[in-house]
Amino acid sequence: MTAVLSSRHAAPASAEPSAASGSALAVSFRGLNRTFGAGANAHTVLRDVNFEVRPGEVLAILGPSGCGKSTLLRATAGLDAPSAGSVDIDGTPVQGIDSRCAVAFQEPRLLPWHTLQANVAIGLPKTSSAKQGKSKVARLLELVGLDKFAKHRPREVSGGMAQRASLARALARNPGVLLLDEPFGALDALTRIKMQDLLLDIHAAEPTTVLLVTHDVDEALQLADRIILLGKEEGREHDGATIVRTVDVPGSRPRDRGSVELARMRRSLLESLGVDGH
Amino acid sequence: MTHLGNPGASGNSAYATSMEGLKASGVLKTATADGPGQGGPAVGGAPEQRPANGRSAAGVLGNGWARLLLGLLLPAAVLAAWQWCTSTGLFSSVQLPAPGAVIEAAVDLVQRGELAQHMAISTQRVLLGFAFGAALGLVFGALIGLSKVADVLLSPTIGALRAVPSLAWVPLLILWMKIGEDSKVTLILIGAFFPVFTTVSLALRHVDKNLVEAGRAFGLKGVKLLTTVQLPAVVPAVFSGLRLALAQAWLFLVAAELIASSMGLGFLLTDSQNNGRTDRLLLAIVLLAIIGKITDALLGVAEKWAVKRWA
Repeated sequence: MTAVLSSRHAAPASAEPSAASGSALAVSFRGLNRTFGAGANAHTVLRDVNFEVRPGEVLAILGPSGCGKSTLLRATAGLDAPSAGSVDIDGTPVQGIDSRCAVAFQEPRLLPWHTLQANVAIGLPKTSSAKQGKSKVARLLELVGLDKFAKHRPREVSGGMAQRASLARALARNPGVLLLDEPFGALDALTRIKMQDLLLDIHAAEPTTVLLVTHDVDEALQLADRIILLGKEEGREHDGATIVRTVDVPGSRPRDRGSVELARMRRSLLESLGVDGH
Repeated sequence: MTHLGNPGASGNSAYATSMEGLKASGVLKTATADGPGQGGPAVGGAPEQRPANGRSAAGVLGNGWARLLLGLLLPAAVLAAWQWCTSTGLFSSVQLPAPGAVIEAAVDLVQRGELAQHMAISTQRVLLGFAFGAALGLVFGALIGLSKVADVLLSPTIGALRAVPSLAWVPLLILWMKIGEDSKVTLILIGAFFPVFTTVSLALRHVDKNLVEAGRAFGLKGVKLLTTVQLPAVVPAVFSGLRLALAQAWLFLVAAELIASSMGLGFLLTDSQNNGRTDRLLLAIVLLAIIGKITDALLGVAEKWAVKRWA
């Protein structure tokens, strides 16, 4: 799998086919609504979210902070239940923690008393045998470039490395849907770019459906097939956020970070987010 | 009683290097000779060893042996003061027998084969009561720390039981279990239970929510979540609870043995008091201090390892 890492421009077909990989699944949000609290204190975060995510697609969920991006992701993972509506994965609604999903959080959230290896193994599906699991963990650690650090504890490695281990843990699950909650938000700019490239490699190697929450427009443009923008509709500022814009990102990945077309989209997206784009 | 004398004896010269003006060497020589306290204040100490003292003044606090020796400074000083008080006749031998007399009493009890028996039975009671109490504390602490329902149902009762002074249990325990091992071990169990229970239940409530959520997101729940995420996260807290519990266990041991027993260090205390054997009484206290400190130190070693492993 190092071949994938070193030559990420190679066609996905040349990547090692992952026999263990789960097939990519479709995700549908149907009239999703999430209200916290009750009565006078009720606070609607999301309302009327309707969207179909195609199997194998990378969808970026963009929006200002506090707009409910993470709430949408948590509802998909089953970590949170919608107040109304549902999230369907592959046609069946999510009820409770869904084993078809795997999450990588903004923080690595690794168990400090385990090695990276053992942390990644926590992601393994219950059905995998010990031997399968072991070789899979080794393969994933190699994929994220941590094979030399398998026996290290999380506090002995850098933040970027811990985040890669967290990504490997999510991949260990063979997820039909990979949920990434601002996974690179806490990393420095350089590490972030490397991680974005790594994510593309991983997606090429294990083409699963990816929902990526981010507040970084460039990241969304670099990684996603489509972008949905969450925000409040004009005239309904007191209601929760909903999908205010959907953008198809042109061109195949990896995209030229300096392209004119992306620069124009970037400006337009920033304007939608209420930031002057120039 | 060679045990009591030995640490002092082996550290004798090292003491003297750091014990400026405390006349330790004289006292320690007396003590190791097992003689009655005729040494008198050894004025002048060991002047030839003072240069060593100056050299060791700085930079030794990190050294384990130096720390041990420095920690023995105060006990040595107390021993010296004790010896001085008795040899000057400040107290009568009934009020305060000389250190040597205490050692003689120890030797006497060893020769009769009683001392080992007292120490063994007391240690056994403490370890049994501690083990059962800590285990129950762990179980109930986990239950209440993790389950809101259990918290609401059980917390008020456990809180009320904790408010009962330990000695209040004694008559009831004796009535129910008779004056045997059961009633004593149960009393110690009660003493060891609460520190573990409290620290575990509190610590479990403060486990990093993010870690727990990550565990849940990967399909961990119930007992598996507990053993994979929550318990390891509270291991350091559990150990501080265990150390408190062990101290409580020794406390409750003496309470149990003072009241109704025919063996053990607590019995040695009351028996000596009734027979005017202040030397044996002091011996029992010294032994409680030493055994208690040793068991705590052993647990401390385990704690260090656990904190390194789990934190």
